[in-house]
Amino acid sequence: DRTVVPLPKQADLIDHEAPSNMDSLFIAAAIAQEVAQEGKFGLGRPALPEEVAAWDLDIAPDGRNLPVGSGDVWTGDEVFAENCAVCHGDFAEGAGNWPKLAGGQDTLDRDDPLKTVGSYWPYLSTTFDYVRRSMPFGNAQSLSDDEVYAITAYILYSNDLVDEDFVLSNETFMDVEMPNANGFIVDDRETAEAHFWTDTPCMENCKDEVKITMKATVLDVTPDEVGEDEAAADAPAAEVQVAAAEEAPAAEQPAADAPAAAPAAAIDMALAEAGEKVFKKCKACHQVGDGAKNRTGPELNGILGRAIGGMDGFKYSKVLSEMGGAWDHDTLAAFLADPKGYAKGTKMSFAGLKKEDDVNAVIEYLKQFQ
Amino acid sequence: GPDPLITEVQDWANGLGHGVDEVPYGLPIEFEGDVIRRNVPWLTADPISSINFTPIHALDGTITPQGCAFERHHSGAITLKKDDYRLMINGLVDQPLVFTYADLERFPRENHVYFCECAANTGMEWAGAQLNGAQFTHGMIHNMEYTGVPLRTLLNEAGLGAAGDFTDKWVYVEGADASSNGRSIPMEKALDDVLVAFKANGEALRREHGYPVRLVVPGWEGNMWVKWLRRIEVTDHAVESREETSKYTDTLEDGTSRKWTWIMDAKSVVTSPSPQAPITHGHGPLVITGLAWSGRGAITGVDVSIDGGKTWTQARLAKPGEKMALTRFYLDTEWNGEDMLVQSRARDDSGYVQPTKAQLRETRGLNSIYHNNCIQTWHVKTNGEAENVEVS
Repeated sequence: DRTVVPLPKQADLIDHEAPSNMDSLFIAAAIAQEVAQEGKFGLGRPALPEEVAAWDLDIAPDGRNLPVGSGDVWTGDEVFAENCAVCHGDFAEGAGNWPKLAGGQDTLDRDDPLKTVGSYWPYLSTTFDYVRRSMPFGNAQSLSDDEVYAITAYILYSNDLVDEDFVLSNETFMDVEMPNANGFIVDDRETAEAHFWTDTPCMENCKDEVKITMKATVLDVTPDEVGEDEAAADAPAAEVQVAAAEEAPAAEQPAADAPAAAPAAAIDMALAEAGEKVFKKCKACHQVGDGAKNRTGPELNGILGRAIGGMDGFKYSKVLSEMGGAWDHDTLAAFLADPKGYAKGTKMSFAGLKKEDDVNAVIEYLKQFQ
Repeated sequence: GPDPLITEVQDWANGLGHGVDEVPYGLPIEFEGDVIRRNVPWLTADPISSINFTPIHALDGTITPQGCAFERHHSGAITLKKDDYRLMINGLVDQPLVFTYADLERFPRENHVYFCECAANTGMEWAGAQLNGAQFTHGMIHNMEYTGVPLRTLLNEAGLGAAGDFTDKWVYVEGADASSNGRSIPMEKALDDVLVAFKANGEALRREHGYPVRLVVPGWEGNMWVKWLRRIEVTDHAVESREETSKYTDTLEDGTSRKWTWIMDAKSVVTSPSPQAPITHGHGPLVITGLAWSGRGAITGVDVSIDGGKTWTQARLAKPGEKMALTRFYLDTEWNGEDMLVQSRARDDSGYVQPTKAQLRETRGLNSIYHNNCIQTWHVKTNGEAENVEVS
């Protein structure tokens, strides 16, 4: 009930100006007491040093926990082109809807600021940590520490933050100044927005006049209820009124994906199943199956027998669009084993499948989508 | 004339229905096939690192069924067996430990209902009314009953003596997926109500929600609810990971950005009528309903306006508000067939009142992306259709 909600004490609001994690020595101490009184259960086992070392990779903003290593800008340029450019652009400028990593300095106070490593990220440790643990998309933790140093150096160079002869290492790491390092304040809503705490919201005569100033339908960016990927066949909202007396058209349950359905007899299902696992390496860029679309890479339905560089609407690298011929088991196997060797200049940033078994498995998997 | 559905013997009153075990794990009946998660393809580069939306316009009550609770992944929803699951606690603890899934089930556990809201919920609406449907404007939220072990129990098992004074201590939590999405949580919160959860709404978590184990951080932004939780590190600093610097920070008009904006402010939305749930009946009784929630505590009341905020009426809460959980509200009213500008306004037990979009823009500008908890307006027209609009 509105009338009994107490007004927050002004003192409370001011007390909370300090970050809430820092201010409550006494509360934390009291909780600590409680925790200490809880018994232990003797569950779990000691974590071994090797195990902690394998998972404890996060880097502190002050550089603690950085591995020993180094990488220069030009090595970074090459490693970036190989592993990152397909999504982030050759110059870290971003491709499609993928994040831009460079540029945007002095845009933070404008409309639609461009937030990049250079313009926004306050700590270099974040870049190193993220690239090392989470990138490349679909092939995480595959880069050596030196490669991560090199990529980070290249991203800095792309943002005009270091010279072309710069070498980033655990020694030079803290020398780099990040332009937006001082651009952050700790959550101050409880003071800056203290006026939102009021126990007497207006109930009557709150405005003289109300006018519609903007409508969502003008932009028309709402997806249709019946998405391309959806099996459901419901009536769009605007027609519901008319259809109300009848049942909405029976909609199919979103069906399980096609691979389980019986494919042509020639497919080795066990091998195809193994191939589905291998295909996880490809999924970041390629779609296959019902509703597959061109993404970073072309969609792969019917890839066997398709002309090389032959998917309409996909912009291939020059080497593939001019190669000629068609994908069959042998050409595809050769390409997958060594993409850059088979098609020098392909923009497919993938190192290749080292095991022949994996190559055969993934081709068997793709056969199902002919 | 008489209704043949009554006067004639129907097939279902004459023949037989399904036997038991027809569907060993049940799915909704086919007529409800449109009550599904939906995404907005243009929002993200790829569905593997993306988000979809809970169909809140079509649900009632407060508990979100797992099967239609929104998903957000950074490197896809991984498949991790209980047998392969390991949880490590390391850092400033007396004894770094590794737990198996079976270990977790041997600690005393608790049940709590909490909402999980993505900080970006309603984020597409900062600059103007954009998406036409409560599912799309407010559907990055779900509300489940979680079963799990308090994080403080596990921290105590490893021993916090090594951490010393807790006031400047943190826990860094990370997932087992390729994004290894990690966030820093102040020790005070970690020891308060954070839960290491393995069940939701009575059953195992779904793959898309972090099976077999996720973190539950009541009232705080969904990005911190790390899925496939694999490691908890006690530290003397915030890690300032990618997810707490480049993302999930809120840029103000002057270009400075707020960080550590963990709490989800009080918020509400009318789920029906709304663009995807138009009025399909004539004049007379009308139920206006919606959801309200606050990361600062319990909802104490919700006001509803049908004239764009000139006058407000207190709605009926289905149950008294619970801390950091969804509250359902109803306004049982009459519709005279005229245009309505429907709004709702939530209040919580900290005294916070949900602001208008104009009020938010005044303090934060247009570039925050996250934490848009403004009052939403639906324009319900004379034909019962509704549209997402902004009003003066």
